[in-house]
Amino acid sequence: MTVPVLELENVTKIYPVSQGMFKPRAMLTAVGGVSLSVARGEVHALVGESGSGKSTLAKMLLGLTKPTAGEIRIDGVPIAKTDRREVARRIQPVFQDPYSSLNPRKSVADLIALPLVAHRIGTSESRQKMVAAMLDAVGLPRRMIDAYPGQMSGGQRQRVAIARALVMKPDVLICDEPTSALDVSVQAQILNLLMDLKREFKLTYFFISHNLAVVEHLADRVAVMYLGRIVEERGREALFTHASHPYSRALLDCVLTPDPTLGMPDTVIAGSFPNPIAPPPGCAFHPRCPRATDRCHSVAPGPVPVADGVAACHYAN
Amino acid sequence: MPLLDVDNLTIQIPTEAGLLNAVNGVSFTLERGETLAIVGESGSGKSLTSLALMDLLPSRAVRKARSMRFDGIDLMAVGQRKMEDLRGDRMAMIFQEPMTSLNPAYTVGDQLIEALRRHRPVSRAVARERAVHLLERVGITAAASRLGQYPHQLSGGLRQRVMIAMGLMCEPDLIIADEPTTALDVTIQAQILMLLRDIQREFGMGLILVTHDLGVVARVATKVAVMYAGRLVETGPVEAVFGAPSHPYTQGLLRAIPVPGRTRPGEPLGTIPGQVPNLIGPLAGCAFRNRCEHATDACAAAIPERDLGPGHRMACVLDPVATAA
Repeated sequence: MTVPVLELENVTKIYPVSQGMFKPRAMLTAVGGVSLSVARGEVHALVGESGSGKSTLAKMLLGLTKPTAGEIRIDGVPIAKTDRREVARRIQPVFQDPYSSLNPRKSVADLIALPLVAHRIGTSESRQKMVAAMLDAVGLPRRMIDAYPGQMSGGQRQRVAIARALVMKPDVLICDEPTSALDVSVQAQILNLLMDLKREFKLTYFFISHNLAVVEHLADRVAVMYLGRIVEERGREALFTHASHPYSRALLDCVLTPDPTLGMPDTVIAGSFPNPIAPPPGCAFHPRCPRATDRCHSVAPGPVPVADGVAACHYAN
Repeated sequence: MPLLDVDNLTIQIPTEAGLLNAVNGVSFTLERGETLAIVGESGSGKSLTSLALMDLLPSRAVRKARSMRFDGIDLMAVGQRKMEDLRGDRMAMIFQEPMTSLNPAYTVGDQLIEALRRHRPVSRAVARERAVHLLERVGITAAASRLGQYPHQLSGGLRQRVMIAMGLMCEPDLIIADEPTTALDVTIQAQILMLLRDIQREFGMGLILVTHDLGVVARVATKVAVMYAGRLVETGPVEAVFGAPSHPYTQGLLRAIPVPGRTRPGEPLGTIPGQVPNLIGPLAGCAFRNRCEHATDACAAAIPERDLGPGHRMACVLDPVATAA
């Protein structure tokens, strides 16, 4: 068996939270015991709502914050034992908002070359060539090399952000909602570009999104996160046709396809996220779950095998 | 008489580079109980159109129209005073980001009560009762205890519900919601949209939904108006526009989104090449022609609106059958 390019084992992140001057600090489990394995060349999507821990997980993968417990491995080597620069070279981010992720005072050439300069790769001449090659790869005209972000559209900026991520020849791109700030027609261009680049540079994507239609379009595997835990992890087709966890099903019910004959779903999941400082006992989803029983109130379900994946539900099968 | 009748609305904004023709000859009507979705991408003029109805445009913007009538009242002719009376009373607006529309220095209760007492001679106690009733109606639990809370103490979904409750305080005839669910999670989005639909049915209001989300449009609206570069390119009943999209721009938008069951996973999505034209200065002919694969010389001349079916119209010289291929 080949070693997965990215492996998470029981990754946990706990933040101490101040509750007021004279109260003891509370512990917030942002990510609780996440285990995942991402094969090379795969698009592994992570879906979940705000506060589910998606972004904390992304930060840990990028080495921006250390897990409280557990281990993250690249090609079998724990990142805790790897040089930070090496981690940064192999895992690169593409963020949601190309308006705030690019320094407005830097030209396109400077923005794309910055990782090369930081890692002291190449001479200024060879960097120029690499920047030009990257512009070609992401479909930006070379005349834009001296442009500034303020002169570019949202789609063009996101292309610059992708070029900057790719210039280090990384193995894995962490894409955190890469198209949700873009218009519909621009989103399609960027998604097509990401799929082309994946083939061309043999990339692996860890794709964080709340847009399930986009996830279904490009993911190979999907992990669904709720309150810091993975509640279901499946191959794309298995999840979208036979989701096992009630939360996954609730999310899928809320996908509004552009079909006017369907109207709004009859019922949608009620309530909202529980307080992560005082999560519900047992299964964290039980207060919103239509199928919750006494067992769900007291016993937290572990992952059980289902077709092409796992689901953390007592009644997954 | 329709609830809202907009005829040839034009919005121009003077800029350093010249006169920006942000909205160009937009006409539509809305009946009570109807939901009109105005769809378009950034810069299409959809938000400015909705702000123009409420007379909330930036002060340098110039609004013109052949006529713009709300329940028979000529909105172009009413004075500022009368407009202030209408706004929040018979016409209400819900914005995308509730944090910018709720006052952070006042409690939820104060703001809801003020919204009613500004327009109606009722006591605080009566207004408070209605506030609690509406907060419950929009699905907020422990409504009475929320009145004493400040906006920052609420989650995004709750704030959006408070905004909707505030819009409903005076039982308006028309609600304009500008991207009301864009910043929210999918489960909250579904809850809010269902709520808007139910309340609209219950009170028989007219609803204008400004959005870029074609899924939301298809599921919630009864009528659609597709805007591009400040113009309406296609309008009609939602079944007709989604069933037989006819303007090349409408078709392009629908091809650009992944639709489970229709688009094959991993296959390239349809794209619309090129960019929106510069709207500074005059623009003759079809604004979409520089990006349209069907464009001909005829597209440089003025484009007449054509009827495609009951209420279904588009601004394109092409035969709809030819573009459908």
